[in-house]
Amino acid sequence: MPATPDLQCIELTKDFSDFRAVDQVSFDVPPGSFFSILGPSGCGKTTLLRMIAGFQFPTSGDLKIKGKSMIGVGPNKRPVSMVFQHLALFPMMNIGENVGFGLRQRGVNKTEIKQRVERVLDRVGLPGITERQVSQLSGGQKQRVAIARCMVLEPDVLLLDEPLGALDLKLREHMKIELKSLQSAFNTTFVYITHDQSEALVMSDKIAVMNKGRFDQIGTARELYYDPNSAFVAGFVGDANRFEGKITAVNGDAVTMVTDNGSHLKACTITERVTKGQHVQIFIRPEAIQLTLEAVADADEYTIESVLFNGANSLAILRDPATGDLLNVTLPQTGAFLGLGKGDRVYARWEPEQARCYPGEGR
Amino acid sequence: MTSDRSKLGFYLLLAPLLLWLVLLIILPHIGLFFVSISEKVGVREYETGLGNYAVFFNEPLYWRTFARTAIMSISTTALTLILGFPIAYYIAKMTRGRTKTTLFLMCLIPFWVSELVRTFGWMILLRETGIVSNALQYLGLTAGPVEFLYNDAAIMVGLVYTSILFMIVPLVTTLDSLDDSMIEAGYDLGGTGVSILREIIIPHAIPGIVSGCIVVFMLSLGNYLTPILLGGKDSLWFTGLIYTQFITRFNWELGSAFGFLLLALSSGIVFVGLKLSRQTLSETMGR
Repeated sequence: MPATPDLQCIELTKDFSDFRAVDQVSFDVPPGSFFSILGPSGCGKTTLLRMIAGFQFPTSGDLKIKGKSMIGVGPNKRPVSMVFQHLALFPMMNIGENVGFGLRQRGVNKTEIKQRVERVLDRVGLPGITERQVSQLSGGQKQRVAIARCMVLEPDVLLLDEPLGALDLKLREHMKIELKSLQSAFNTTFVYITHDQSEALVMSDKIAVMNKGRFDQIGTARELYYDPNSAFVAGFVGDANRFEGKITAVNGDAVTMVTDNGSHLKACTITERVTKGQHVQIFIRPEAIQLTLEAVADADEYTIESVLFNGANSLAILRDPATGDLLNVTLPQTGAFLGLGKGDRVYARWEPEQARCYPGEGR
Repeated sequence: MTSDRSKLGFYLLLAPLLLWLVLLIILPHIGLFFVSISEKVGVREYETGLGNYAVFFNEPLYWRTFARTAIMSISTTALTLILGFPIAYYIAKMTRGRTKTTLFLMCLIPFWVSELVRTFGWMILLRETGIVSNALQYLGLTAGPVEFLYNDAAIMVGLVYTSILFMIVPLVTTLDSLDDSMIEAGYDLGGTGVSILREIIIPHAIPGIVSGCIVVFMLSLGNYLTPILLGGKDSLWFTGLIYTQFITRFNWELGSAFGFLLLALSSGIVFVGLKLSRQTLSETMGR
């Protein structure tokens, strides 16, 4: 029998007066794992997190932490702690008082508070800063203090509400790695919500992709990237070229589609069977497209519309001369494509398995 | 050239402020000060001395009234804070948008009429033949009419009512600036309502509390109408004493001395209050 999940949501629903923010969400988070909820703004992820923290109560469904139902339990009585989006460190207290706040509420005696505060600050790599004021810390240090303030209480689950959003890019990249290592050092369950897919992909053991109050897919980063089970996930996780059109031929999993402009594209279906004439959309990742300068078998001819140079992530935008359809392709930085410029002729092809076809109109 | 012109512009802009300070505040006070240190020895004969101040300390009625005014004003300030804080908290933190504006406006509306009218309003409510007294009789709670006016409680009611807006406004402003997530973080870390109020909300609101208290204290101390009307002729308010010296007794010398003592008292108490709350005047007023 598997261990009791640290956090368990069962058909959790939250209705506001005029709309449903969270719609029958169910998931388990096993102990010691890093679970991310990824979704665009307004998808209900913050409401979900606030329900777990206890600031909002679900309309229906159940929420269990270590097997105990948390319905009707206030935020100050739950074994969860939250790192707020803007951290919410108390400016009226110094760092030691900030980190010790939770322990003081529990009535722990002063000498023990001091020891535990120093120990946890040591663990997050900030020894000896108890006397400093919040305003004297850098962004990354505040981040770590906010985590220390929660971790000193040894919560069963640590909730993080997009805490990296306010940091600059370099620091954000650095903090991603640090958060992950802090999580494994403390061996505490982290539930992390973000709209930034790279944060979720890099750090998480499991990711739930949330859209319009529902979980579209729960899986590891690889599963979401390689096996998205819906058009939304395919479009939201990673970059993708998206085409809409009608099916012209079906052969098992392999299909051929014609776009509204008349491009014929090969793809494969994963989830649902499609029939000829059905409206579908297909997604092809820019990095899955093979670019050549010479014509090769089953490659199509394109002209370069523009080159967006961004170091290793450089993109070329190709135009199909016959139909005008645009295609984004990652430029391999092997040197072969260094001289490409607007108007040059190139050839592009992809494996049909890399192009995923989903039935239905887009967005 | 340009620097001369910009200097001229600077002084022109400064002129109204300087005129206001010098003509309306500094000059009258200098005048009052000289009046207060001149003792009348005969008809149109004056000597310089501190005799007027000595009168104050030698006459128990004067300094007792002085102390009573100070204590009543401090109590008014405390009461206003206790009543105003929950109201301000409700307006700042529990309401949004239109409700907030409406509630704020409702605090403001009584101030559209003069203080005199507002105080008479209270008299209509509290007097022997007033609404409260009649209501109590109608309900059978009292046998005969009850006089609520002309006591210290009536003065307090009037003073709190007159000054509560000046407590609510700075409190709403400071409480508004407290991020909701601070309060949520407090709860999340296991805090109770009381400990969050004590450790997070009040420390954050201290500048607003202090500036509100200073304003309310000054207003109560310097109030003349409310104590006289609601407290009757025995109200014994220090401003009333000053008024009597100037207008009834025509003793400008003693009146001026009383004026300076009142100034010293209010400055002294505000100073002590700031020291006790570890705030500076620039911090609280600069907001």
